Amino acid sequence: MDIHEYQAKELLSGFGVPVPRGGVAYSAEQAVYRASEVGGTRWVVKAQIHSGARGKAGGVKLCTTDADVRQAAKDLLGKTLVTVQTGAEGLPVHRLLVEQALPIARELYVGLVLDRKRERIVVVAHPHGGMEIEEIAQREPAAILREEVEPAVGMQGFQARELAFGLGLEPPQVSQAVTAILGAYRAFRELDATMVEINPLVVTQDGHVLALDVKMSFDDNAMFRRPNVAELRDYAQEDPREAEAAEHGLNYVALDGDIGCIINGAGLAMATMDMIKHAGGEPANFLDIGGGASPDRVAAAFRLVLSDKKVRAILVNVFAGINRCDWVAQGVIQAVREVHVPVPLVVRLAGTNVTEGRRILADSGLPILTADTLAEAAARVVAARDRAGAGAGVA
Amino acid sequence: MSILLDETTRVIVQGFTGDKGTFHAREMIAYGTNVVGGVTPGKGGTTHLDRPVFNTVKEAVANTGAAASLILVPAPFCADAIMEAADAGIRLVVTITDGVPAQDMIRVKRYLWRYSKERRTTLIGPNCAGIISAGRAMMGIMPGHIYTRGSVGVVTRSGTLGYEAAAQMQQLGIGITTSAGIGGDPINGSSFVDMLALFEQDPETEVVMMIGEIGGPQEADAALFVKQQMAKPVVGYVAGLTAPKGRRMGHAGAIISAFGDTAAEKAEIMRSAGLVVAPSPAELGATVARALARQPAGPVMVER
Repeated sequence: MDIHEYQAKELLSGFGVPVPRGGVAYSAEQAVYRASEVGGTRWVVKAQIHSGARGKAGGVKLCTTDADVRQAAKDLLGKTLVTVQTGAEGLPVHRLLVEQALPIARELYVGLVLDRKRERIVVVAHPHGGMEIEEIAQREPAAILREEVEPAVGMQGFQARELAFGLGLEPPQVSQAVTAILGAYRAFRELDATMVEINPLVVTQDGHVLALDVKMSFDDNAMFRRPNVAELRDYAQEDPREAEAAEHGLNYVALDGDIGCIINGAGLAMATMDMIKHAGGEPANFLDIGGGASPDRVAAAFRLVLSDKKVRAILVNVFAGINRCDWVAQGVIQAVREVHVPVPLVVRLAGTNVTEGRRILADSGLPILTADTLAEAAARVVAARDRAGAGAGVA
Repeated sequence: MSILLDETTRVIVQGFTGDKGTFHAREMIAYGTNVVGGVTPGKGGTTHLDRPVFNTVKEAVANTGAAASLILVPAPFCADAIMEAADAGIRLVVTITDGVPAQDMIRVKRYLWRYSKERRTTLIGPNCAGIISAGRAMMGIMPGHIYTRGSVGVVTRSGTLGYEAAAQMQQLGIGITTSAGIGGDPINGSSFVDMLALFEQDPETEVVMMIGEIGGPQEADAALFVKQQMAKPVVGYVAGLTAPKGRRMGHAGAIISAFGDTAAEKAEIMRSAGLVVAPSPAELGATVARALARQPAGPVMVER
């Protein structure tokens, strides 16, 4: 789960990480009010979307008057921002962060992330913050400073000091940077984050160290014990179909093709999509219905897949372990009767009670195409899609 | 032979009396697994499925000599259950539960390392289908009838894709020694390498199939292990060639992950390490059949 920059700054600030003065605004009036609250004569108005690289996309505006702030807010609110991290469809701007603009002497990079290989939290840092950090990491990986945190004892002060001195900071700034890094680590640990990124961590011309931009992502599996984080979820930043899928215990990702997929298990779902492509088709979605697929859940899956108007054929592929094929077959039949399915449907069942499941489908009298193997299923759904042609399918 | 588990292994179930525990314990017993009891705190002293229930894993071990535990407790209590089993001296823990927080798994992995190698617990999972030694015993939730006894070891991150592989092999008359689902979570118990090392030592296993997924460094590590330390042929497959690159926030993930995260990159790494990569997920069984046919021992006998 991702949160907005202003939310991440509020959380980190609670762990002692220094951040610029500022606040959230939902309208141009609020933005002007925030600017007067913050004080001074220079502000930045920043679009709040779940993405980095907003500056290059025109989502960050420097303002020197109230009128500037009002205009910047009007320009940004309601707009869809496309960045290199959002994908082509972009993300909508409904909230702004209005902040004091600071005279900056240096920009540094600090990131904390779960390292799957080392199975622990790792803190990475580089003396040059900003957009080019990934290229730097590729070009000269040795230049990236790195501290692994021993899980039994947590991050130690010396590790943060090594990073701060490694970043080339002067002694007065080292202690401030240590406070920021250790605070970010404690937030990561205590809020079940999967990523905390301070980019850039800046040194101002008057010698203060501040987190100028921050991003945080969290472990969905841990949100049951972090209600104060879970409530920060902004559904407007998520694909509405993915959000609806999550409510039904389904895992859905929209893709560009025209063959809808309903499958149990993420690995089998990806393999089935690969097989569809192999057979000359393109999957319209990834959809994992998980174990214990009830008729209701199967019906919800059909509704989701059909809400994508590109879909011209559907493939159901269930390898039943905990599931039983007879239950899945009943679920499919119930779903087809409840939900109008205007495209050809291919069902492949395997595993527990497969004979019974296939018999139920055959006896239903519904125009359901069946397949015994993965290869057959993929070939059949691609052929059905081709026959359906320009949306002329019947089922 | 088989790896980790056979019909003599004494198995307990943590979360024994719950719906899931009851259902799967019954299936395991029907398959031939030596289930000697279970643990549900507060229900100690009672009997369930004709077997004793204990309050703690320590009591269960003391009274039954259990050496393995299947964990089916809800995700918030899973890390605790794994550490309890490890502390009680259980040597093999299989965790089916999905949704365990990543930082809980960091703690669990660190905890397991506090024991000397001689008594350290092997953890399989979480978020997996479990482990089955075909025709002998299973600790998991898989449909047992799709596994025929034979000479191929299987290790897979995905549960249902592992079923797919087993069913394709069965169709071709190819059997399995043990199939281990290591789970799809970012931080899991045993890795591909751990399982490959066991299969390499198992006299009955002649060919190994490993089924990977996109994301994470484990497949690349495994390919290197196969190249440097394995004599047995390994057939590979990585699901997700068509998976789109996910949306992302920030740069930190990209900084620590090197080349090898996508399915195509992983398949390439496997090929260059000498693995035979199945050309499509419909040819998992056929690719294993070809690898078996190339074995110097000639055609392999399969008990059916």
